[in-house]
Amino acid sequence: MTQPLLALENVSIHFGNKRVVDNLNLELRAGERLALVGESGSGKTVTALSILRLLPQTRISGRILFNGENLVAKSDDALRQVRGADIAMVFQEPMSALNPLYTIGAQIAESLMLHEGLTRAQARVRTISLLERTGIREPERRVDSFPHQLSGGQLQRAVIAMALACNPRVLIADEPTTALDVTVRARIVKLLIDLQEQGLTRHNGEPMAILLITHDLNLVRRFAQRVAVIEKGKLVESGETETLFAAPQHPYTIKLINSIPVRNLQNVSPQAPLLLETRRLRVEYPKKRQGIAAWWGSDRFVALASANIELRQGETIGIVGESGSGKSTLSQAILQLIRSAAGEIEFEGAPLASLSKSRIRQLRSRLQVVFQDPFGSLSPRQTVSQIIGEGLALHFPELSAEQRYQRIAQVLQEVGLPLTALDAYPHEFSGGQRQRIAIARAVVLEPKVLILDEPTSALDVSIQNQVLKLLLGLQQKYGLSYVLITHDLSVVNALAHRVYVLKDGEIVEHGETEALMASPANPYTQALVQASL
Amino acid sequence: MSLPVIEISSPELTSQDPAKQDPASNTTAATNANLASSSHQAPGKRLWKRFKRHKLGFYSLIIFVSLYVFTLAGELVSNDKPLVIYYEKQWYFPLLKDYPEAEFGGNLPIQADYHDPFIQAQLDKPGNFVLYAPNPYYYDTLNYFSETDHYPGPPDHDNKLGTDIAGYDITARLIYGFRVSVTFALGLTLVGTILGIAIGAIQGFFVGRVDLVTQRLIEIWGSMPELYLLIIFASVFEPTLSLLFILLSLFGWIHLSDYVRAEFLRNRQLEYVKAARALGLSNSQIIWRHILPNSLTPVITFLPFRMSAAIMALASLDFLGMGVTAPAPSLGQLLLQGKENLDAWWIALSAFSVLVLTLLLLTFMGEALRNALDTRIADEQPDAEPQADTILAPLKTGAA
Repeated sequence: MTQPLLALENVSIHFGNKRVVDNLNLELRAGERLALVGESGSGKTVTALSILRLLPQTRISGRILFNGENLVAKSDDALRQVRGADIAMVFQEPMSALNPLYTIGAQIAESLMLHEGLTRAQARVRTISLLERTGIREPERRVDSFPHQLSGGQLQRAVIAMALACNPRVLIADEPTTALDVTVRARIVKLLIDLQEQGLTRHNGEPMAILLITHDLNLVRRFAQRVAVIEKGKLVESGETETLFAAPQHPYTIKLINSIPVRNLQNVSPQAPLLLETRRLRVEYPKKRQGIAAWWGSDRFVALASANIELRQGETIGIVGESGSGKSTLSQAILQLIRSAAGEIEFEGAPLASLSKSRIRQLRSRLQVVFQDPFGSLSPRQTVSQIIGEGLALHFPELSAEQRYQRIAQVLQEVGLPLTALDAYPHEFSGGQRQRIAIARAVVLEPKVLILDEPTSALDVSIQNQVLKLLLGLQQKYGLSYVLITHDLSVVNALAHRVYVLKDGEIVEHGETEALMASPANPYTQALVQASL
Repeated sequence: MSLPVIEISSPELTSQDPAKQDPASNTTAATNANLASSSHQAPGKRLWKRFKRHKLGFYSLIIFVSLYVFTLAGELVSNDKPLVIYYEKQWYFPLLKDYPEAEFGGNLPIQADYHDPFIQAQLDKPGNFVLYAPNPYYYDTLNYFSETDHYPGPPDHDNKLGTDIAGYDITARLIYGFRVSVTFALGLTLVGTILGIAIGAIQGFFVGRVDLVTQRLIEIWGSMPELYLLIIFASVFEPTLSLLFILLSLFGWIHLSDYVRAEFLRNRQLEYVKAARALGLSNSQIIWRHILPNSLTPVITFLPFRMSAAIMALASLDFLGMGVTAPAPSLGQLLLQGKENLDAWWIALSAFSVLVLTLLLLTFMGEALRNALDTRIADEQPDAEPQADTILAPLKTGAA
């Protein structure tokens, strides 16, 4: 093809005086699947949104050519004709991309009536066929559903149907699968490829082009024909997917590709003492009954049914499952943050249920936790030394202020932060640094068991790797045991000796990580492994 | 007025040793360069900085505080007693001690009236010295020797803003009225805030049954007709400032507790609270150190507005005749007099101006405080540009 459908020529984008995208050149040909890859803050989303000038605060210089016309110079009215009709967008979080007050049918029909001038009845027929094409079951019924009545995957399909409504020539998908579960992700990606390859969205005989914005290299590899890598607003490398993955040129690309974590574990002797054990652990939540029945009590929702896990000294067990599978419930039950309905938790051989409150409080120093969200897990009004020192003051009251300071300083060094961080507040740190602080807060108490609740899923890939390395190092140095809760099989693969797979509150399969990954027996595990390859 | 409360509410912020906040810039790690370069600002300090950037609000705060300090020293400014007297080679301090007329050559053993032309003539004799207050009237001074033949008297060289219907000097009554209003409002805000925080915190932290029962009680309590209660109490008891204070305090916390409860409900779910619990902290430690400091945003935002509401409440009660009785100084009473004597324009105009100025200053401060607390508006430091994240936030989606 001679002329690209969409071309960015020397595009720079400024927020105020800050240049977030710097002289970017990008071409998207008709019918092509191009992936724009970068870490958070690299300017990839800003680029995508700026193509349709959706960020009014920005200043765009350079030219954005769509079909030979410069979008930057177009009037707002003329640009509205392009938005939705010629270039459509799919956003990351389907729940917030749809208006909760309207049915999904009404929202899809709206753009049909606006851009194609259809009547309400015609638009409805088209909407139903669109929903059917995007793989929503029972489209006649679902067309009248409100967003909250659909699951995340179905919602994303509805959003895609909305984007496809006017047969766009370019589809910009901004992290379309990040908010979804792993198995759902795979299906959405397949849907996008199918829609394009089956030529269902042909526009004047040419297939639709897709620009995918993502940080997920697995997704890129499976989806894109061409890749453009962006770092700090600059395009560092682009090329055919296969060639780029086989022989990356730019150091940043190499770093990104190598950031898929590698397994480097020490074996645990089978004689290592058993530290933590749950037997037939069951957790229930009250569930509201409908209507008048709610007056006479509530039903029970079983979040976790009969979970048996074992953890030995120096070992890491992975708890894997999708959202709602009960894996976070399991971690909170072990931490005694929620009450279990039945079953036993034994820590260092003593059943927790038999211990007094004050004994459990003492035990907490040996059973610590690191949470997923590095922005929510640190109190914004405490300095780092206060955050780390709080547990020390509680569990080691015999330490003098000087000794406590020594311990804090030492652990800070251990997690790779400078001493100047001591008096800083959490808002001054990046996500990866915050996660290090959270790890320091847990490790300073010299715990035996550390529960890692999605420790890396909010972090960029290269940072994720650093945090995993830090965790591995700490484990080898202090013989820590980890309970690793995650949905990301690559993390489990790198860190865990054994894996438990949770589905709907039940452990469906468990075993040695490598063996289980190589030949999963349960169909659900197979789907998980399949989806994350 | 806002700043002291901020400091009270988050004790650990102010206990920072200023020396320790020094950005020691001897780090070598390149990745952590940003930590070394920027000074570590406590959130409270940052708030103060952002507040200061809002010029109108900042100057309002300065004017308001100076006005209040000025009226607190009202006895030095507006008083019927001279500040210092040097009479017959002796020093007298009428502010601190009452002297009988006989001391200054009079006949009677009663307290000297310094407006008496005879006493004034005695004090003005050569060799004597007397320093009068700039405005020689207390709020309840009746000048029996005034040239004004009927009250309310218009502004003249004696009474700069005129006199009210009883013959009290309006300048003096405005000064003391402002002082009483603001003190009353400060007290009411303080008590209401403490009660609101305490009750909201209990509800939001313990949730479940405690929350349910308390919420129902609050609804019952809140549906009591506050105004009727005040009328009833005003007819049974002699309305005094303390009675009004107690009655208004009983109702002043209700809406605030809802906000604090909502903040607590949100914050108790956050992971740093879970982490604190996993550390083994007790409930009171978690509330005091973790949840409370992070739940004060609505409280602080509302402080100036609560102040102005309290000032208005006192003024309206006085205006309706259910407040304090004369001769206690009160802006509301002056307004009432102004309404009843529309021809005496100086009464209504001056009282109205003072009230409007007070409320305006408070509103400007409230606006500045609200902007300072709004984290969507970025810090405009020379080295920090608007964050792409915050600008994108409405478009990007709320993942994680």
